[in-house]
Amino acid sequence: MKFFKSLKTKITQIKPVNPVRRRLLGGGFLAGGLVALTASGSARAQSHDNHSTPEGSATAPKDPAAQEKMRMQHGGMTTVGEVDHARNGFHPVEMLTDWDRGVASTLPDGRTLREFEITAEDKEIEIAPGIFFPAWTYNGRVPGPTLRVTEGDVVRIRFTNNSSMPHTMHFHGIHAARMDGVPGAGEAMPGEEFTYEFDAKPFGCHLYHCHSFPLKRHMQKGLYGAFIVDPDPEKHRDNPADYAVARSRLLGTPENDHWQEFIMVMNGFDTNFDEENEIYAVNSIAHAYSNEPIRVDKARPIRVYLVNVTEFDPINSFHLHGNFFDYYDHGTTLSPTLRIVDTVMQCQAQRGIIEISFAEHENGNYMFHAHQAEFAELGWMSLFQVEGEDA
Amino acid sequence: MSTRPSKSGTSASGPGSLRSLAWLLLPLIGLGLFLVLLFRSDPLALLSDMAPPLEELTVEQTLLDDNGITLWVRADGSEPMHIAQIQVDGAFWQFSQTPAGPIDRLDLVRLDLPYPWVAGEPHFITLITNSGTTFDHEIAVALPSPKASAEQFIGLAVIGIFIGLVPVALGMLSYPALRRSGSGSLQFLLALTVGLLVFLLIDTLGEALELADEAAGAFKSPTLVWAAAIGTFLLLLVIGRRKGEAPTGTGLAGYLSLGIGLHNLGEGLAVGAAFAVGETALGTFLLVGFVLHNITEGIGIVAPLVNKRPATWVFVALALLAGLPAVFGVWVGAFAFAPQWASLFFAIGAGAILQVVFEVSAYLSRRSAEAGGSWLSLTSLSGFLVGLAVMYGTALLVTA
Repeated sequence: MKFFKSLKTKITQIKPVNPVRRRLLGGGFLAGGLVALTASGSARAQSHDNHSTPEGSATAPKDPAAQEKMRMQHGGMTTVGEVDHARNGFHPVEMLTDWDRGVASTLPDGRTLREFEITAEDKEIEIAPGIFFPAWTYNGRVPGPTLRVTEGDVVRIRFTNNSSMPHTMHFHGIHAARMDGVPGAGEAMPGEEFTYEFDAKPFGCHLYHCHSFPLKRHMQKGLYGAFIVDPDPEKHRDNPADYAVARSRLLGTPENDHWQEFIMVMNGFDTNFDEENEIYAVNSIAHAYSNEPIRVDKARPIRVYLVNVTEFDPINSFHLHGNFFDYYDHGTTLSPTLRIVDTVMQCQAQRGIIEISFAEHENGNYMFHAHQAEFAELGWMSLFQVEGEDA
Repeated sequence: MSTRPSKSGTSASGPGSLRSLAWLLLPLIGLGLFLVLLFRSDPLALLSDMAPPLEELTVEQTLLDDNGITLWVRADGSEPMHIAQIQVDGAFWQFSQTPAGPIDRLDLVRLDLPYPWVAGEPHFITLITNSGTTFDHEIAVALPSPKASAEQFIGLAVIGIFIGLVPVALGMLSYPALRRSGSGSLQFLLALTVGLLVFLLIDTLGEALELADEAAGAFKSPTLVWAAAIGTFLLLLVIGRRKGEAPTGTGLAGYLSLGIGLHNLGEGLAVGAAFAVGETALGTFLLVGFVLHNITEGIGIVAPLVNKRPATWVFVALALLAGLPAVFGVWVGAFAFAPQWASLFFAIGAGAILQVVFEVSAYLSRRSAEAGGSWLSLTSLSGFLVGLAVMYGTALLVTA
């Protein structure tokens, strides 16, 4: 067997591209029977890769049965089975538009106070059909609740740690060091609680996550969520264009109602803990939005709040098919930071707002996915199902 | 009084043996009670049950054809295992499992993946269980798996003949020359045979243990290798000496053929399996290497016959016994390879070789004593070393 080993190594080094080349490497064959056997074998094999070998395409089968088989094989990229969303306690489609606005009240100085209750708990979640991940969660879901406030609100979050590990809530925003949600400033031991309080600023698309150490493990286990600060239109009165955009961004205004808004948190799961993700997704469930496309009305524009919390891979990306979009990096501006693009990339913890219009498009399924093909084929693959009357 | 012991001894022979049979049941009853107690009371519950169930999947066979990739996978978990998803080359891919459902310990399932594999290129498969644990399997070079057609059987038989029969027969053609070399050279020849057999023994055991590592852990294949080798050695030793004396001449040559035949069976298995999974390029060069390497086996077989004059059919039979198993090996290896069986075959081969090492050494020792010398001489030492060196040298040729 030792000689096979060395041969194997040689073969791998040389990387033969087709059986014809391999035959030359082997030095030709002895018996006529052998040649016949291998020749028929290579003809069969070439039917598989007619796009990679020129000889193959010349002899590619034209019979419909073979073509159909090939179509089926090449269309086999998917997970098998269904995730039990009820058992998980959250549904990826509902999650898209599930904004947690907290309990609002008015402070003596006239400002709005928004109070949230967040609990960290350990929970096993099904992230792809049949694959269970021992997650650490905020409020039993991954990603955690999408907190949505308005610029200038006072935000108060009572954080209870019912998990087996120390955890924090570290917000990406402007706040005091003692509210930072890091070890020594707002870390809750198991059974403890901590209340974070700060003013909501700057407006934009942000995130929160656990900042206990080891950080990588605490992030990867599922402790993250989106934190959206809508602009306050009154603060942007000076510029009519900015005012209009701010109105459209502020949840609850008639202008905002016209938009179809979705939260998409790009994440990954390292199920065997080897510091490489086995599964990629938006909002945790592999292939969720390709198995169940997101239905959109083409008459209304689309706004995606996109957050990247993928661990281990430095960047993630969002690529839209058949269309282009405007992008607001971090969502902290009222005019796009990138115009007419069909792909954006985000490093870890980067986020932004994507605005898309399908008004002029034919009805149909429009793909969007990470343009790292690897991520797409490991679960980060989605569809917009565009419907509606032509204008 | 004096009759009493004999009386009780004879009269009690019926019920007495029954009674001893009943005593035999005692440990069995004890075991049954213990098992009932264990399952009823579950004393392990006193310890924490934090440890997750052990999981192990072993891919035993890979087939590639028009329909995609088929894997035969054996589970070896402490609890039934669930294969949740499969990635091929870093992409989730459709698959079907037969039979479906959880896989009990040591059960074998077939996984069919309609994957458009690319001929001549490697593919990487990752099986993911419900716990998220991954098991990797590499297809070194994707090639269509041999199909059980007459054409394939003939082609593989040709390979087997070239690996086994041809070199052995060529080696045996040295017989006339060996005869002419005179009686003084017999000690050298026998020592040379021992040398090459020892090389084969080490090589065979090495391969047996290597394959044993690939088998599902529960089979305890590495232990089985040693047990099977020792068992085969003793069994053949007893059979060979059943008439009370050590085999010589044609008998010894027969055992040599058997031992080498079993080794060639294993070699054929390895070649067939490597061919099936595209790990070897069956070129002329490789076959020439095999012929050179195995030619010495034929020389070894005829060495004990130097002072005899056997009929021609004996030579033919010896050649077939030593060479043909390679053909069966290649067939089985190509169509039904499983590492635990292959390692067992190698182990049996090793045991058989050990027997002939033992017998040829004994023969050498007797011959030396008859000639008034010692088995330990410069002649026998040089023969032994030359045997080792020749095998090592030709093995290098195969590797080159």
